[in-house]
Amino acid sequence: MNAKQIDQQTLLRDEKDPLTHTPVHLLSLDGVGKHYGNIIALRDVTMAVDNGRVTCVLGDNGAGKSTLIKIIAGLHQHDEGTLHVMGDERKFNSPRDALDAGIATVYQDLAVVPLMPIWRNFFLGSELTTGFGPFKSMDVQKMKDITLKELAAMGIDLRDVEQPIGQLSGGERQCVAIARAVYFGAKVLILDEPTAALGVKQSGVVLRYILQARDRGLGVIFITHNPHHAFPVGDRFLLLKRGKSIGYYDKKDITLDELTAQMAGGAELAELAHELEQLGGHTEALKEVKAEVAGVADTSKESSPRHA
Amino acid sequence: MASTATLPPAPASAPGPRGDERIGRRSPVQKFLARPEVGALVGAVVLFIFFASVSQTFTQPNALATVLYGSSTIGIMAVGVSLLMIGGEFDLSTGVAVISSALTASLFSWNFSLNAWVGVVLALVVSLGIGFINGWILVKTKLPSFIVTLATFLMLTGLNLALTRLIGGSVSSPSISKLDGFDSAHAVFASSISIGGVEVKITVFFWIVLVLIASWVLLRTKVGNWIFAVGGDANAARAVGVPVTKTKIGLFMAVGFCGWLLGMHNLFAFDAVQSGEGVGNEFLYIIAAVIGGCLLTGGYGSAVGGAIGAFIFGMANKGIVYAQWNPDWFKFFLGLMLLLATIVNLIVKRRAELK
Repeated sequence: MNAKQIDQQTLLRDEKDPLTHTPVHLLSLDGVGKHYGNIIALRDVTMAVDNGRVTCVLGDNGAGKSTLIKIIAGLHQHDEGTLHVMGDERKFNSPRDALDAGIATVYQDLAVVPLMPIWRNFFLGSELTTGFGPFKSMDVQKMKDITLKELAAMGIDLRDVEQPIGQLSGGERQCVAIARAVYFGAKVLILDEPTAALGVKQSGVVLRYILQARDRGLGVIFITHNPHHAFPVGDRFLLLKRGKSIGYYDKKDITLDELTAQMAGGAELAELAHELEQLGGHTEALKEVKAEVAGVADTSKESSPRHA
Repeated sequence: MASTATLPPAPASAPGPRGDERIGRRSPVQKFLARPEVGALVGAVVLFIFFASVSQTFTQPNALATVLYGSSTIGIMAVGVSLLMIGGEFDLSTGVAVISSALTASLFSWNFSLNAWVGVVLALVVSLGIGFINGWILVKTKLPSFIVTLATFLMLTGLNLALTRLIGGSVSSPSISKLDGFDSAHAVFASSISIGGVEVKITVFFWIVLVLIASWVLLRTKVGNWIFAVGGDANAARAVGVPVTKTKIGLFMAVGFCGWLLGMHNLFAFDAVQSGEGVGNEFLYIIAAVIGGCLLTGGYGSAVGGAIGAFIFGMANKGIVYAQWNPDWFKFFLGLMLLLATIVNLIVKRRAELK
């Protein structure tokens, strides 16, 4: 493959149009699939991530979002298809492998240890050390200072980085995790449902950090089930359902309503309406679902603002 | 980018300087109270004052040296066990593993009439090996450490008795005092050092050095960071690139090393070991770690705490004798202290965290 010789940095220098398909992506998946025994968790997923772009992966529970990120993050290995990082075919054997390739993941549970102080969490797995040989010790003061500085850059001003991270709010912990990934030179940042457990305001804060990470030149993979969170920040959208890709769009090719409709799945909603009708007694809910079906059927019209 | 327009207005909601007033400053006293070993320290001081007041001999240097010696034989193991507990596991095989180590050294040297040091080195390999096997089975099978180390405990108990009788022909290992290298090994593992006219057993110094090393590792090295992390949340630790498997196996091997050190002391303090000994001691080590503020579920604790726990044990053990009470009461006091210390730990920790 001669693509290996092409340098991504030169290719993307001064590049303005977000949707130009360059020969080499920062990260690309082609026909990736994964099965656990006889259960097919994921099949035929194709997607790409570029510098300074946000690729959103949308799907409901059980759609295969977690399997997908576990493959990219090195927790699982794919069985089919190929995964390329900067044009090199790779298969990660451990999270360390993925981290070394510049892929950092902020998990839903954030991968922080609640009882440990913020600064210890920030540098966990990548501690700074001084001295050599058996007398290598952690550079505690430097680590504390950097933690404080990096968090301040993210807009969290903490006085005491000795605080256990479990005492921070969900949004703050999210930001610590993002700041950590950015600081350690991640090229690809995977965010697993960062807004799932957050209130409206906190979600907004996190979405802004996504844009901040993007503006720093990172390729971001934003996993979510909420098209209203994905659409404003995303450049590309991959829709998953039952382990399969049901659509892969550039932003210019899709509107928020279409995205919502795809996510909601008109057929499923109609089925739900039918089931509710059979059960009887859920007239309010039934009315809502029927309205939604109508909204999905005619996406050119302003559809209902309900989330998928 | 136009799409950002749908986001809520920016700087107002960003937690700027507002973060300060929500967090506030914690005084040094509160910071101190939040340390894991505070409860144990309070308990140790109370117990010391108590025994000092009921017994005149308790505070004399010789008596203190005896108390420290008693503490050190628990404390050496408590160092390893504390680290392991912070790393989220515990080891029920430690009590008999100490004896296994001592038996390995004595039986091997005796059977082949070798220099005692050959046995000592072999015992180190065996002790580290037991730790490695414990850890390896644990991380490979993902069984709870309770089951894995309970199995090791039973197997080692059986092996200790069976092999000793098979090789030495008795329940006690044969005397090795005539072997080459016995005297030098005795000097290293079981001598006394005179400080101001008071004979202090060398194990006390082993203990102090181990606590210092363990504290340094725990608080100032990246391995220490990993130990807290694998105990606090192993999945999170693995996700950020901490070598969880190596850390856990390493911890079990550290316990093995402590067991070897104590086993060698037990052997060279006399010249033989009883093969049935050690059963039940594993709980003393765990108790010392728990009294010292190590969380049984992992992720929290300190090496100093384990040392204080061992010291409490030593004081109670010898203090009862100095107070001229019936030693039958000892276990009762130990249980009571375990309960009180853990409750005090809990209260202190909760209050410190609330502030």
